[in-house]
Amino acid sequence: MAGIKKPEFDVPELREVMSVPSVVPGAMAHSKPFVAKPEFQVPLGFPGELVEDWKERAISKMGDVLGKYRSVQVFMDACVKCGACTDKCHYYLGTADPKNMPVARQDLMRGVYRRYFTFAGKHFPKLVGATELTEEVIEDWYRYYHQCSECRRCSVYCPYGIDTAEITMAGREILASIGVGQKYANEIIGKVHKIGNNLGLPEPALADTLEGLEEEVEEDTGVPVKYPLDQAGADVLLVTPSADFFAEPHVDGLIGYGKVFHQAGISWTLSSHASEAANFGIFIGNYDNMKQVAMRVKEAALELGVKRIVVGECGHAWRVAYSFWNTLIGPFDFLDRSFPVPQHICEFTWDLLQRGALRINREENDDKVVTFHDSCNVSRGSRMGNKPGGQFTIPREIIKAACNNFVDMAPETTHENTFCCGGGGGLLTDDLVELRVKGALPRMEALKNVVDEYGVTHMAAICAICKSQFTKVLPFYGLGMDMVVSVHQLLGDALELGGGE
Amino acid sequence: MILSALFSVLFYAAFIVLVAGVSRRILIYWKTPSPLVIPTTPAPVTRAGVAGRMFREVVFFESLFKGSKWSWLFGWLFHFGMLVVLVRHLRYFTEPVWAWVAMMQWVGIYAGMAMLLGLVGLLIRRSAVDRLRYISAPSDYLMLALLIAIAGTGLLMKYVWHTDIIALKAFVLGMMYFQWAPLPADPLLLLHLLLVIVLMLVFPISKLLHAPGIFFSPTRNMTDNPREVRHVAAWADDTAKPSGASGS
Repeated sequence: MAGIKKPEFDVPELREVMSVPSVVPGAMAHSKPFVAKPEFQVPLGFPGELVEDWKERAISKMGDVLGKYRSVQVFMDACVKCGACTDKCHYYLGTADPKNMPVARQDLMRGVYRRYFTFAGKHFPKLVGATELTEEVIEDWYRYYHQCSECRRCSVYCPYGIDTAEITMAGREILASIGVGQKYANEIIGKVHKIGNNLGLPEPALADTLEGLEEEVEEDTGVPVKYPLDQAGADVLLVTPSADFFAEPHVDGLIGYGKVFHQAGISWTLSSHASEAANFGIFIGNYDNMKQVAMRVKEAALELGVKRIVVGECGHAWRVAYSFWNTLIGPFDFLDRSFPVPQHICEFTWDLLQRGALRINREENDDKVVTFHDSCNVSRGSRMGNKPGGQFTIPREIIKAACNNFVDMAPETTHENTFCCGGGGGLLTDDLVELRVKGALPRMEALKNVVDEYGVTHMAAICAICKSQFTKVLPFYGLGMDMVVSVHQLLGDALELGGGE
Repeated sequence: MILSALFSVLFYAAFIVLVAGVSRRILIYWKTPSPLVIPTTPAPVTRAGVAGRMFREVVFFESLFKGSKWSWLFGWLFHFGMLVVLVRHLRYFTEPVWAWVAMMQWVGIYAGMAMLLGLVGLLIRRSAVDRLRYISAPSDYLMLALLIAIAGTGLLMKYVWHTDIIALKAFVLGMMYFQWAPLPADPLLLLHLLLVIVLMLVFPISKLLHAPGIFFSPTRNMTDNPREVRHVAAWADDTAKPSGASGS
């Protein structure tokens, strides 16, 4: 791989003990993503560019959102500014910009809410910090609602459970409604609507890729593992992030899923219609787009006549699938209800492991010391298994089943306390590299500590965005980009495919 | 007599504003749907579990404890000090005084001190930490000042300038049963009562709405059961209207 260019910003230094920076107002005021062009705005149902009566429309849209989402309405009122969240956001910890403190990020909207929707703010704006909706405010919204990865870490520590992700989504939704959308996210949603996946990979290219994968795996293992596409009548429809089809290290995860299906002897298929698990509709806070993107999965499942839907390693996709699908596109009464709908690939594999259906040689991974990065959306927005917290134990059990050497990172950085990779929430774009590098700081520090202390060589993840983000930012911190692996790569490498029966 | 009438009117007005204002907010929260299942996970998978989570949140400030030990300590001292102080004040509203209220009077004194200590701690934290200074509006300091003044005037009446609590009780009961009695004209008492009236008035238009708000917080009060139960909000239910109403 080519060496990285010298960055145009200072990469934070990794410290052994994390510390909270003093506020540096405006430290990230220059950071904002490219704005979506009209051709990508209009197909999503948004105005092409900033509308003339943006102020009235924004306020009216805010009223609309307040009436539709209890979260936004309650969160606008309930904050007492206790400060518990102020040192919890990875973007604040990495940038020191006070507007990246969760409460301050909410206040960008709360000030406007108070000014136009509350008695105190209408009559005593100065006293309660109410703000007029001006162009500067809109610009601040655009900047700082794109410096939040919607990871929900702040919501864990808030005495009222205020989830800044909900406010960020509302902020982006209001911005989109006046014609200011984000290029990266909206282009991707457009591609999903049009072609079926985030990458714009059409069916023939997908078929070709999978064929190549089959050849590669057979060459590697001597076993004809199949990666079927659009196979009607298969038992399982696998919906996975499209990065799994070709990006590194994602594709090794896909190879792993295929090996698991192969050894379990369960017929499965991918779908060219729903060749994407990701659903960026959640990132922009738009119910209709999220629903429309999700609907492809149901259509594919019906068309292919499958009995089960399994979702590949992807963080926000799993949140949408687990928490929202049934509501958005359910009911799933046409599927086999003796399995959870949808089922996470880790739940699927863990079930097989418990039933002894997989033959594993852990020694295959003895060259590695592995740690696990809890993805934010999986950790704080979903579950696996029957018990709360299964989303933490199940992936770890799979790793431990496949590897002899596993260590966890510091507890204040794992499980529900996990730090975002720095690239979630629709921010995984090159125009936000500085933000992504700085936002990764808390995770990088935790990782560096286990590298130094336990000789950790690899960090497993179950999210396409995490994997891409880490691959990009690890080198900035002097760590190897190839440290990142899929959980199902570890498992796939340890599966004994040949021999046996 | 004018003074008594004025305070009576103010109390009635404040009471109506408090009850009507908070009820209105609660009604708004109640009627606003949660169109998606968004508990902060790991979350309870049963209603009983959710009740437990809410109980721990309201009584022990569980999340705040995870978030900030100092805020938790001062916040908890203040809130539960205040709760005990409020209960102690029931002696002005009941005749004869309920036995258990009479029995806990001595605790109320310490609770008043704990409340004041907590409030002062919160104020110091708000002024001392740069992150908190950044997020604080004038109203955030004023709210603490108001509560400190209420607790302070109360404790001063207990320890320094006593007031005629027999007459005060007659005044309170008089308001409750519409048989008005005169209010003792002690400046400290009048100040104490006036501040309480202000607190009642600002409650429904301020961040004090966190009190009803917590019960409606979807990240805390929703059950983690989205694979089993659908949660379609009325506005999101398009089974009635033609598809493609928005989006592409």
